[in-house]
Order: sequence, then C-alpha cells, then structure tokens
Amino acid sequence: MHTPRKPKLAVWKFASCDGCQLSLLDCEDELLAVANTVSIAYFPEATRAVVDGPYDISLVEGSISTGEDAERIQMIRDESNLLITIGACATSGGIQGLRNFANVDQYISTVYAHPEYIHTLRNVSPISQHVFVDYEVRGCPINKYHLVEVLAAHLAGRRPNIPSYSVCVECKRRGTSCVMVAHGTPCMGPVTQAGCGAICPAYNRGCYGCYGPSEEPNTQALSAWWTKLGVEDADIARSYRSYNALSGVFRREGSRYAKKAAAGATNEERPQ
Amino acid sequence: MQVLMREDFDTLIEKLQGADYEVIGPRIREGAIVLDTVDSAGDLPAGWTDEQEGGRYTLHKTDSPSLFHYTVGPASLKSFLYPSKSLLCRVYGGHNDFDVEEPEIEAPRRAFVGVRACELHAMAIQDHVFAGGRHPDPVYTARRNNIFLVAVNCSKAGNTCFCASMGTGPEATAHYDLALTEVVEDGTHYFLIDAGTKAGRSMLDELPLRPARAAEEEAGAAVVRNAAESMGRSMDTEGIEDVFFENLESPLWQEVAERCLTCANCTMACPTCFCSTVEDISTIDNDMAERWRVWDSCFTTNFSYVFGGAIRKASSSRYRHWITHKLAAWQEQFGTPGCVGCGRCITWCPVGIDITEEAAVLRRQREARQGEARYGAGTRTAY
Repeated sequence: MHTPRKPKLAVWKFASCDGCQLSLLDCEDELLAVANTVSIAYFPEATRAVVDGPYDISLVEGSISTGEDAERIQMIRDESNLLITIGACATSGGIQGLRNFANVDQYISTVYAHPEYIHTLRNVSPISQHVFVDYEVRGCPINKYHLVEVLAAHLAGRRPNIPSYSVCVECKRRGTSCVMVAHGTPCMGPVTQAGCGAICPAYNRGCYGCYGPSEEPNTQALSAWWTKLGVEDADIARSYRSYNALSGVFRREGSRYAKKAAAGATNEERPQ
Repeated sequence: MQVLMREDFDTLIEKLQGADYEVIGPRIREGAIVLDTVDSAGDLPAGWTDEQEGGRYTLHKTDSPSLFHYTVGPASLKSFLYPSKSLLCRVYGGHNDFDVEEPEIEAPRRAFVGVRACELHAMAIQDHVFAGGRHPDPVYTARRNNIFLVAVNCSKAGNTCFCASMGTGPEATAHYDLALTEVVEDGTHYFLIDAGTKAGRSMLDELPLRPARAAEEEAGAAVVRNAAESMGRSMDTEGIEDVFFENLESPLWQEVAERCLTCANCTMACPTCFCSTVEDISTIDNDMAERWRVWDSCFTTNFSYVFGGAIRKASSSRYRHWITHKLAAWQEQFGTPGCVGCGRCITWCPVGIDITEEAAVLRRQREARQGEARYGAGTRTAY
C-alpha cells in the first residue's frame, strides 16, 4: 500500500527567547501524534539530526534584528513550502521592538564594553516585513494548542480554528467578572486578540495584550476610558508598548500617548 | 401569602438539597455577586449591596442583615441553561469509515435561589428561542426541565436597571416555582412566600410557614413598590419598532462606533442573547474530530462572514444590528422585545455605552424629523 510521505517540518529561530518553539516540545500529550505525522527535519532545540531542505512546513520564531537575520530569512523562505511565524516576536517584532523607539548606538555604547563587536540593525522588524508569511500564530508565548491546530488544519486541508475576536469573549465564556468594570483595573482585553483563555483576568489582573491587536481594536476609546480610571498618559503608552509594540494600532496608540506624556511632562516643568 | 422567618431560611435550602437539587444562588466572587453553589444561607452575601453605573460595578457592606438587597450581577441563568461551550459530537475513524458519537447531555438537577423578575423574563424569552420551535434544542431543554426556581422580588433597583419600563419587573409574576419578598423592619426579618407551580406548592408544604398578616403583606408590597420607583434608567417602548426601522441611516451609528470597542461584552452579558457558532477541530493524526457549539456575538467579524467576507465590517453596522434586533426586530421574530431591562449591557460594557440613552437619542432624532416634515425646518429649534 502507498503510504504518503510525512511532511518535513523545520523550526527556525531569530531574535527571541525560545519560549514559542519550546511550546512544541511542551505539547506532551500531542507530541507523539505530531512526531508520527510530520518528520522533524530541522529543530536544533529538539534534535541534532539535520535533514536538508526543502521543507514542507517551516515554523519561524523571533524577529529580524541583524543584517545576517535579514539574509537568512530569505533562504528559509526559498526552502519552505509553507512558512508559519510563531509568537509575538516573529509576528510583530516582540519586546525587542522597543528598540525602535530608542537610539541603538547609545544603548550599545552603554551596555557593551566593546561596541565595535556589535552588529545590529537600527530597527527590529517582524518576519512579514521581509518575506511572505502563510500564517501567523500570535502570543507571547503562543498557545501550544494553536500550534498543533495550525498544523492539524493544514494537514487536513481546513481553516485553522483560531480566534480573532477580543479576550472579553473568553472572559465571558469562562465566567470571569470583568476586572475593569468590577475592580477598575485597566485591562487590554477589549482590544486584544483572544487565544490565551483570558488567563490574567481570571487571576484578577488586567490583560497585558500578549496576543496583539484583535480584529477591530478601538484603542482610542479604550485609552480614553483608562484616562477616566486615572491611568497616566505615560502608563497608557507603556501598556501598548510591550510584547506587540510594533503592531499597527498598538504602535500608533502607544506613540500618541508617549507624545501626550512628553508634552504633559514639559508643561509641568514650565512653571519652575 | 405565607411567611418564612429568616431563621428558617436554611430549611428551604435543606429541603431543596433533600429533593436532590444542587442549590445555586448569589455569592461574592472576586468583587462581584455571581451565581454559584450555596450550601447554606451563610453563603449568601448578607448585608452586601451593589452600586452599578455604565462600565462600573462596586460592592459595599452595610449593617443590614438582608440576604438579597442588591440587583443582578454579571452572571445569569443563561450560562447554566445554555452553556458557553457544548460538545455536539465526536467522530472517530478515517476518511471512508467512521463512527459518530453523540455525548450524553449533562442536565444536573439545580435549584436557583434569588432569581430576579428580569431573569425569569429573560429565561422565558430563551425558552421561546430554544424550545419553542419545531426543533427544540436538546441541551437547553434537558437542562431547563431539571431546574427549580426560587424567585426574589427586588428590594432595590440599580442605577442601570429599567425593568419597570420594560414591564418585566421588579416583581416576579410568572415562571417561578416559589417567589419570595424579603422584609427587614423593626428588628424582624422574614420572607413572604408564594408558590407559582405544583412543585412549588409541594415545597411549601414542607416548610415551617405561617399565614401572613395584612400588615406584613403591605410591607412586602411596599418593598417592591420602592424598587419600582427607584429605577435608575427607563426605556420608552412606545412605537419603538419605528424608532429603529426609521433610523437605519442615523448619524448616531457612527458616533457610537467611535466609543464601541466591539469587544462583545454586551452580548455575552445579556441574558437573552443566544447566538452561537459551531467549531470543528480534528486531531493532528486525523483519528478524531469534535464539533463544538460556543457562544458567539454579532460584534465579531466572523459572525457575519459569508463567501467573500464579512457583511458587517464596520462597528457602526454591528451596533446598529444588535440594538435594532434587541429592541425592534425581536418583536417581529419572537413576539416580545429581546430586552428585559436588567441593565447588564450598560454596567458590563467596559466603556459604559447605554442602550437606554442611545434609544432615546434615536427617538429624539425621529421626532425632530417628524417635526420638520410637519412644520418645516424652522421649527427645529424646539429640539
């Protein structure tokens, strides 16, 4: 009987903490099924064995931070049939995207004894700014079930079942009382994509926005409400500038409030 | 009407437990009064009361011994009768040869204590939606058939309450097994109790009751009257269908869209909103697939997705759809409005968008247009 060839899977790392690719190993219950379904051809975190490309599926973690990265991602795209980015770094730049709001040269000379050894790009960028991306799995870190779901959906030829609506839907489905309404805790949930299962509000914390903007994020309305709750402009800016600081509306809203905060600070200094 | 003394309230809970019911009632969880298992009257939020405003909910402790002096919290009967997530079927096997397994429907025997009039009306609306047609929903009907309802007439109205104007409260008039009115006065604390069904009457026979005196009945009526007169909001329902159907192009929709987060909280908190979507998942080795029904909302993009994209792309069209359905089109579809005036969509909207206020703006816009048509644009100053 003809047995179809197992698809070859490669896992690539760019500027990141490794957490997202490790969630593949965290799959535990599903790991055997994954290993039985795909052939792991390149995954240095899991195995030293390397099978040459081309690859059917490439999972890409991390953002583009150096000139070398920018070249390597082109090679990976050329070698991959399907390229899926995993995690906030790969899909929106990640926490290191904060570099884009600062002066890199100044940081390098402050941090490193020999700044001349450091070769880095001025700006961090998500993978999609360099190559075509077939699917983006959001989150910091990703939800391991989303990863398995994307692979399963691809192999079954169906659409992945991953939400694009807000975290609020998850809170309400699990019966968590709204932390913003009941406690006055600022929460990014209304503008953040669901997927984590609304973990933070379930533990009385506001959502941190790990999954990036939801499908229709009205950040301006949310920020205006936060101001009513007594949140300072600088703190509003910081909330948008975290794991997904570079993604679309979060970037715009973060910058809008960073400017407001800077203007406010100048105004306060003036009378002295 | 009969009287159940406060010190005998635990007997009611014990009798319900004895009848094999899990007793569910109001309990404080993480700063809100929600519905959860109650073992005894000691679990109820005695002395606690709530304060609600658009986008704001707070609890305060008072010296009162009353068990039910607050209005509805974020949770409603909906999540018990129509769970946010239900497994519809599981499929095992390969491409050509497979078995379909339908899961057994879980329908626990539950007695709800402290159910408000608006809740009962909301349940009646969901009864109509889920169980009224030719294809009754098996999950809903199984759960619905296994409950016992102990209503409590509201002793206060919240700032976001408007049941009086919707004709759905604050007094429970139908759909309950037992109805209570809590009276706390001059050092006495008792409940006026009445049965609405045969099951309720049998339960009355088991309780230590005495006939109510005229003064006690009057005290109970005063409690409800006081709640009815202190509603924080009101909805003018006169000709409300025209208010909406003649305002489909109102500038209001865009104005609300600027505030609306399209987060879906209003629909999830609403005790009558019933929309769901069906999600299929399969294991990576394709040995098993599951079909789930989960709560959905008309505020999500995928809700209106048809071939080629979502019909309601703009948040203005989503808000218009929701409120127009809730207050106007629902009437045509199910014979009642879809709103019971519980105020949850106002309180639990993270930015406090107010259904009564938006409906009032639309009404004024329509009246202004009618004024212009009748007397010419110059009379506009009246508004």
